[in-house]
Amino acid sequence: MPKLTIDGKEIEVPSKTTIIQAAEKLGIVIPRYCYHPALPVSGNCRICMVEVEKQPKLQIACYTMVANGMIVKTNSPKVLEARKTVLEFLLVNHPLDCPVCDQAGECKLQDYYMEHGQYDSRLDDTKVKKEKKAFSIGPTVMLDQERCILCTRCVRFTDNITRTNEFGVFNRGDHSQLDVYPGKQLDNNYSGNVVDICPVGALTDKDFRFKCRVWYLDKTKSVCPGCSMGCNITVEWDKSRPHQDKKTRVMRLKPRVNPDVNDHWMCDTGRYDYHFIDKNRILTPQQGDNLISWDQAIDTMAQTIKPLKDSGHLNKIGILASAQLTNEDLFLIRKLFKDTLNGSQIDFRVPQSLGASDDFLLKADRNPNTAGADLILQPAEDADLRDIIQKARNGGLDILYVFGHDLVKLFGKNTVEEISKNVKLFIFQGSNVNETCGYAHLILPSAVYAEKDGTFINSQHRVQRIWPAFTPLGESKGDWEILSLLSAKIGAPISYPNSEEIFDDIASSLALFAEMSYEKIGDQGMMLWY
Amino acid sequence: MENPNEKRRQELEKYFDKKGPFVFLRVAQMKRAWQQKNRRELTWWESTYIPTVVSGIWLTSKHFFRNLTLHILHTVGLFKDIPASATYQYPEQPRPLAKRLRTRHRLMKREDGTPRCVACMMCETVCPARCIEITATEHPDPNVEKQPAEFILDLGKCVYCGFCVEVCPEDAIRMDTGKLDTSEYSRESMIYDKKRLMEE
Repeated sequence: MPKLTIDGKEIEVPSKTTIIQAAEKLGIVIPRYCYHPALPVSGNCRICMVEVEKQPKLQIACYTMVANGMIVKTNSPKVLEARKTVLEFLLVNHPLDCPVCDQAGECKLQDYYMEHGQYDSRLDDTKVKKEKKAFSIGPTVMLDQERCILCTRCVRFTDNITRTNEFGVFNRGDHSQLDVYPGKQLDNNYSGNVVDICPVGALTDKDFRFKCRVWYLDKTKSVCPGCSMGCNITVEWDKSRPHQDKKTRVMRLKPRVNPDVNDHWMCDTGRYDYHFIDKNRILTPQQGDNLISWDQAIDTMAQTIKPLKDSGHLNKIGILASAQLTNEDLFLIRKLFKDTLNGSQIDFRVPQSLGASDDFLLKADRNPNTAGADLILQPAEDADLRDIIQKARNGGLDILYVFGHDLVKLFGKNTVEEISKNVKLFIFQGSNVNETCGYAHLILPSAVYAEKDGTFINSQHRVQRIWPAFTPLGESKGDWEILSLLSAKIGAPISYPNSEEIFDDIASSLALFAEMSYEKIGDQGMMLWY
Repeated sequence: MENPNEKRRQELEKYFDKKGPFVFLRVAQMKRAWQQKNRRELTWWESTYIPTVVSGIWLTSKHFFRNLTLHILHTVGLFKDIPASATYQYPEQPRPLAKRLRTRHRLMKREDGTPRCVACMMCETVCPARCIEITATEHPDPNVEKQPAEFILDLGKCVYCGFCVEVCPEDAIRMDTGKLDTSEYSRESMIYDKKRLMEE
C-alpha cells in the first residue's frame, strides 16, 4: 500500500489508485472535466493537473498512479496557473451564451472560471462558429457543438456503459466537433444520462429545455417508482418561485449515486415518467359525480364495513392492494384488513403486467415495492387479483377497495361495469384519474410517491427510503393516513403520528425488518437480513 | 397619593444610571424636560398670541391674493412667464423628470419585432418584489434560441428598484418610458404582459 502526501496530508491507498481518487478520499476535490468515476480515463481535458515533487512537469491527477512517498500539491501557484491556462484554451471557442443555456448554474466551465479563471480575454480573433446551433440528436437530447469542450465523457458512456456507440468526435483542431455517427440517432434507453455527465451545456435535455433555471430547483432524495430496480434519484422541483402559480412542481428527475443499485445512472423510462405527479390528479374525494368532504367519504366507507364487521361476514371485503404503495401503507392494510378485519381478501399481484426490460437497470416488473408487498401482506401463493375480481363480478363481495389499479386496462370495460353493479361499495383510492374512476362509487385522492415519507424494497431486497418533497396536492392524503382515519371510524383505531413510527412498528413486529430504522436505512438503503 | 409619572421617572433613572457615560447626558436632558426649566417665560404681549396669529394670517393671505391675481391674469393670457404658484398643474402640466429617473418598464425589440429578451430569468431571479414572471420558449432563429413566451410584470408589486434593468445581459428591459401614472381600477390591470410592455 503506497503512502503519499497530498497538500500536506498523508494517506495510504491501495496501489493502482490515481491521485484524483486518493485526493477525493482526503476530501480534496481536484477540478475535472473528462474524468468521471464510472467511465474509463481519457485524460484529455488537462484541468486536473497537479504538481508532483521531483517530476519536472505537472501531471494529470486522473491518470497518474500513486507511488510510495509521492508528495502532491493541488493548490500550488504553478497548478493554479495551469488551470487558468486550460480554462483560457477551453473558452477560446466556447460561446458566451450562458443566458440561454440550460446548464447555466450547474455548469463546470462557469464554476471553475469563477474559482480559478477570472482573467481578461486576450483573444482578438472571433470564435469559431459551427454550422448549426442546438439541434436534436435523438428523442430526448439536444446537441450544441459550439458549447462542447470535447471531454468525450458522452462518447465513453455510449462506448462503455450502453455499448451503443452513437457518439464520435469528428475532424481536427478547432474544427473538431462532437456528433452522432451519420444516420444514427441517440435513441437508447439511457440517453438521458449523457446530459447528466456533460460538464457543460453541449448536451441538454429536451424535456427540461427552457422549462426552469436550475437555481430555482430544490432537490429531494427519493427512489424511482418506475420499476422494481429502485434506482436512487433526486426529485428536482420548483421551490424558489412560490409567488408563481405554476401548475407543475416537479421539473426533472436526476439519478443519485448508489454504487450498489444504479451507480450513477438511470433509464429514460424512469427519468421522464414524472408528469403524473402534477397532471391529471384526483384532488378531492368524490361520491359518483359529487365532490364530498373527507368526513363524508370515511363515513360512507365505515357504514358499509361496520355491519360486515359486526355480523362477521368479513370475507365480503376485497382489497386490491398495490405494489406501488410504500411499506408503511402496506403495513396499515395488513393491520386493518388482516389483523382487525381478519378474513378480508387481499392481493396485489397483477397478472401480465410485465413491461420491457434489459440487463442493466430496467426491470420488467414495473412496481417499486413488489418485494415489500410480498413480505408484508404475505398473500396465498398461486393466486393474483383475478380471484378477487371474479368474486366481485359474481356478487360475492360487498366492498371492493382498489388501490390505484386501473381495472379497465387490466380486465376490460365489461368486467368493471359488472363489478360496479354487483358490489355494494366500489372504492377507488389513487393519485391519478383513470378509466376505472368512472365506475367507482367512491373515489379517494391519495398522495404520489414524491409527497410521501416511506420505504420501498427493491428486487435486490434492499430497503430504501423516500422523502416527501412537498405536501400532497389538493385534498389528497397519504394512503396510510386514509386507512388510519377509516380504522378510527370503524372502532378499531390504528393511529401513528408519522411514518417513521409505522416503520418502527414494522421493525418490531416483522422478524425480517428487525433492528431497522429510518436512521439506519439512510439515503443509501439497507439490505434485508435473511 | 403618589404621582405615577414620578414613579416611572424613578424607574427610568435607575435604568439609565446603570448604562455608561452617555446615559448621564440623556438623564440630564430628561430631567430638564420634566422640570420644564428650559422654557422661557412668555412676555405679557406674547401671551395674548395676537402677534403670532396676525403674522400667520398675513403670510397665507399674501400667497392667496398673489396666486389668485396671477391665475386670473393667466386665464386672459397675461404674465404667463411668471408662475402662479410652486405647484405643477398636473396632469395638464407634467413635472419635468430627470433623464435617469426609473419610470415604467418597457421591453426592447429586435429589428424583426421579436423581443430582445432571451428569457434568461436574471431579472426574475434578482427581483426583490418578485413581480416578474417569465415563461421561456424556442425562438424561430436558432442563433437566438430562446425568447419569452410570456413576460408578466406586476406593477402593483414592483418597487421600481431597477435591479432588473441593471442585471439584464441583453439590454432588453429598460425603465425609461417617463411614465409614472400607472393607476388602474383593478389589480389585474396593473399586471402588464409582454404585448403591453412592448407597445412603447
